[in-house]
Amino acid sequence: MSDTLLKVRDLKIGATIYPPGEKPKDIEIVHGVSFDLAPGKVLGLIGESGAGKSTIGLASMAYGRGGVKITGGEVWVNGRDILKTGHRDVRALRGGEVTYVSQSAAASFNPAKKIMDQVVEAAVEQKKFSRKDAEARARTLFAKLGLPDPDNIGDRFPHQVSGGQLQRCMTALALCPEPDLVVFDEPTTALDVTTQIDVLMAIKEAIRDTGVAALYITHDLAVVAQVSDDIMVLKMGNTVEYGNVDQIINNPQEEYTKALVSVRSIEHEEKAPTPDPVLSVRNITARYKGTNFDVLKNVNVDLYPGQTLAVVGESGSGKSTLARVITGLLPPREGEIEFAGRKLSPDLAGRSREDLRELQMIYQMADVAMNPRQTVGTIIGRPLEFYFGMRGAEKKKRIIELLDEIELGEKFIDRYPAELSGGQKQRVCIARSLAAKPKMIICDEVTSALDPLVADGILKLLLDLQKIEDVAYLFITHDLATVRAISDNIAVMYQGQVQRYGGKSKVLSPPFDDYTDLLLSSVPEMRLGWLEEVIANRKMESAGN
Amino acid sequence: MSPIVKLLAQRIALSLLLLLLISMVIFAGTIILPGDVAQSILGQSATPEALANLRKELGLNEPALQRYFSWLFGALQGDLGTALTSGQDITTAIAGRFGNTLFLAFWAAVVAVPLAIFLGLLAVRFKDRWPDKLISAVTLASISIPEFLIGYVLMFVIAVKLRWFPSVAMVNDSMSLLEKLNAIALPIAVLTLVVLAHMMRMTRAAILNVMQSAYIETAELKGLNAFQVIYRHAFPNAIAPIVNVVMLNLAYLVVGVVVIEVVFVYPGMGQYLVDHVSKRDVPVVQACGLIFAAVYIGLNMIADIVAILSNPRLRHPK
Amino acid sequence: MKNIPISAVIGLFFTALYFLAAIFAPLLAPYGVGEVVGDVWEPSSSEYLLGTDNIGRDLLSRMIYGGRTTIFIATAATALSFILGSVLGFFAAVAGGWVDQALSRFVDLVMSIPTLIFALVVLSVAPVTIPMLIIVMGLLDATRVYRLARAVAVDIEVMDYVEAARLRGEKVGWIIFREILPNALSPLIAEMGLRFIFMVLFVSTLSFLGLGVQPPEADWGGIVKENKEGIVYGIPAALIPAFAIATLAISVNLVADWVLNRTTSLKGGRG
Repeated sequence: MSDTLLKVRDLKIGATIYPPGEKPKDIEIVHGVSFDLAPGKVLGLIGESGAGKSTIGLASMAYGRGGVKITGGEVWVNGRDILKTGHRDVRALRGGEVTYVSQSAAASFNPAKKIMDQVVEAAVEQKKFSRKDAEARARTLFAKLGLPDPDNIGDRFPHQVSGGQLQRCMTALALCPEPDLVVFDEPTTALDVTTQIDVLMAIKEAIRDTGVAALYITHDLAVVAQVSDDIMVLKMGNTVEYGNVDQIINNPQEEYTKALVSVRSIEHEEKAPTPDPVLSVRNITARYKGTNFDVLKNVNVDLYPGQTLAVVGESGSGKSTLARVITGLLPPREGEIEFAGRKLSPDLAGRSREDLRELQMIYQMADVAMNPRQTVGTIIGRPLEFYFGMRGAEKKKRIIELLDEIELGEKFIDRYPAELSGGQKQRVCIARSLAAKPKMIICDEVTSALDPLVADGILKLLLDLQKIEDVAYLFITHDLATVRAISDNIAVMYQGQVQRYGGKSKVLSPPFDDYTDLLLSSVPEMRLGWLEEVIANRKMESAGN
Repeated sequence: MSPIVKLLAQRIALSLLLLLLISMVIFAGTIILPGDVAQSILGQSATPEALANLRKELGLNEPALQRYFSWLFGALQGDLGTALTSGQDITTAIAGRFGNTLFLAFWAAVVAVPLAIFLGLLAVRFKDRWPDKLISAVTLASISIPEFLIGYVLMFVIAVKLRWFPSVAMVNDSMSLLEKLNAIALPIAVLTLVVLAHMMRMTRAAILNVMQSAYIETAELKGLNAFQVIYRHAFPNAIAPIVNVVMLNLAYLVVGVVVIEVVFVYPGMGQYLVDHVSKRDVPVVQACGLIFAAVYIGLNMIADIVAILSNPRLRHPK
Repeated sequence: MKNIPISAVIGLFFTALYFLAAIFAPLLAPYGVGEVVGDVWEPSSSEYLLGTDNIGRDLLSRMIYGGRTTIFIATAATALSFILGSVLGFFAAVAGGWVDQALSRFVDLVMSIPTLIFALVVLSVAPVTIPMLIIVMGLLDATRVYRLARAVAVDIEVMDYVEAARLRGEKVGWIIFREILPNALSPLIAEMGLRFIFMVLFVSTLSFLGLGVQPPEADWGGIVKENKEGIVYGIPAALIPAFAIATLAISVNLVADWVLNRTTSLKGGRG
């Protein structure tokens, strides 16, 4: 056995794209990437969307997804170039020597087959184990990965276990044949932060205990810093920087890496509450039509003029429902909302045009928040026309002012949303809400669909605009780093209730309640050894109980 | 009650309700339309006495609701009334013809279903290559041509020019199965062509949908060969959509039968229906309409039931 | 209008050709529609380009006039089904609630009977005239259009940009005509092509069964019916309408396909 398990040299990967109305085009998406991976080591591949990191991961199994083809270079696994061996050899490699954990275990498990059948399939097929031994090994792995009832969970069907559990089952599936290398492709991205840390811990311990090598692919540098020995930073199919984890995190050389490491470093000083809140949510209880379950239970929060209230929680916490109640899309069962000193009608139809103008909203997915058949000018111009009756030159002048404010400029006025990047789209949405000269904007996960650097730009812009326009934000997010960056007040929501509420410094300082403690301690931090600390702390706590 | 039993019960109840409503619609169609049935049967020149007689004979003087219920209860007991034009008992007249229609549809299905699934698989196997493109071109052509024209083209080429099979499909009880099959070879061919393209395209879409799932990629990354991937992972998930496709196309075929029977002068229910529409023999049309609708609704119901039964989420609830 | 694929150009050309022939039928047809000019089933000659029919009328003239009838009925029925189906479909999607429920369940009911069977049941009691055919075909087909229009509108309805418009306080009219309609237009136009083909096939089938256009009026399905006896003697007159129907249908299909493909390239619809 050589001392390099995986050796990639000058890897080039191409894809065929089908632009509508044009002939299919061949483009190159990875432009000559090289790296080495020794047995038992972990290499983190990090980059934003389009960096080619998943494609490189799959290339180490000689696999191209969709129309993706490996066009050049060498991929050596255990001393042979797998791009030059035949079909049969590649099949023996997949599922035996190299295995794969995908981002969405829910989609990657066959819904019609029991979990156990799928977990042991590769191990049995590749003749690594007998069926009986493979099942025994699977049960051991289930236990090691912290799955409940490890002896019987394999008899269930994929839809019968939770998302976090299924992701761990997928890890068991990958580890079961005792591979030399596992490719982890964003294994925790789809999970809530408190679930993510469980899976992350399980993966880290499993890697350590089995001595398997891994390629760990993610867009989250803080996560990859916890599990990797080496890190390769990728951008647009090129290597930006490649080094050991300590060097990349603590001493990055390239500007791009530095930006990634320092992302979320926005400083925002907390403002003190003023006497009159712009928005007061009083005792709101709400449920969706046709259900018998309250999604919001007795919620009380205040938002002060020119300030930011961050509403933070995981999926199912009710934070987006709160936004729907405030906008009038979901009239509450109980409670009332006071806005700018007057009582708001519970449903949209009963609100005055002035109410609607002063309370604007920005959405998570900017591409579906804008009509694809309208130009940027029409999109931003409509509120001007609708609320202020602006026409012609006056309207155009104001549109251009707004475009300047969001740092895009006049040339964007005739573009369609499809011609904009993700960040630019979100900027246009911001301009559309500012056009109404609102007192308050609800920002619903406005940065979570964006790459970290772009998201950072949006947050900075929002903070700048808050100073200029004196507008208040109700900022809904699941991301605590964002919360730290921009909020004055914080409401932590859990299962429809406000768990903790107050000024930023107060909410984020001990003593904590159990849930806030769990939530805060689960957010990956950009420093080495953070995960070990958390593991050690939690083990101590559970031993103490 | 387990959710699956509940769903099945609901689905069957829905079909029965639909059928009841359909019976009302079919019946109502004869009373709310302009003119009265007696008038349209006898024409504008009919004498008032003849009209009155016919009205009495048809029971048109009784209230509509009463007529509906006596018709419905009769139909439930297998009594579909008597034909106006011939005075024949409709049930007796339909029985043999319905058998003939089912015979034709059955053999068309026997040929068309395996062929369509095979060609659908072929299209998937050679996706975006010439077999796939050829198949989609044929599909485009075949949905653009009415059934009766396919019928006449085949009749012209195969029966008249080549003389391989008879041009009219006469069958009777004294014929052996082989003789019957020889007689209906052309109608079978036409019906196959009519549903083939549709069924093929839908099969292709159903399989592609499954093949593009992430779990197929997982299976490929386990090092399984193409056969294992399809047999173990694609097939269990594709079976339900394919059965669904087959059932929907059989329902489509039942309608196609009507026209094809006329083209080939086949003694089935479709021809019987068309004949009596032009003769304005309302009781016969109502009876045939009800039976066709029942078959159609039944096949659609089977498609849904298969989908329910094969859904692992419903079979293995949390 | 550059970048039109060759298939769409062919489709547009033949579609236009058939429609022009229908409009200018009296100018183009060499003989009258019911005029007996020759022997029974004469082969094609310089005098009768397509030969003569079962009672000696010029087949080309009958094809041109027949096309006129077929295309007129199909166009009128398509228009009826489209206006009715899409208006009700959009209305149901935007209104929601019981209006939507009532309309949708009624449409489900009508659609649970095969269209042809339903049409036969109705035509067994109703007078078979051209307006009646248009109404029956248009109403039955409106159910299909309703389903599509409603589905498309419901998909668009849940988009954030429609919600944004509602939150802005826009009226129903703006939401339907400025937010939903521009985005629903392409699939609807493509569907209109398919519905038109279906109507051509449908009216031809009815006429072929003797329950559509009544003689002495000509239409393509009727011409098949009149000349079908000839098939057995090896006379292909009945196959000529086959060719006409198929080429018209394929041409419209090619155009519809192109319109539908353009929907995927959303660049503000300037394309």
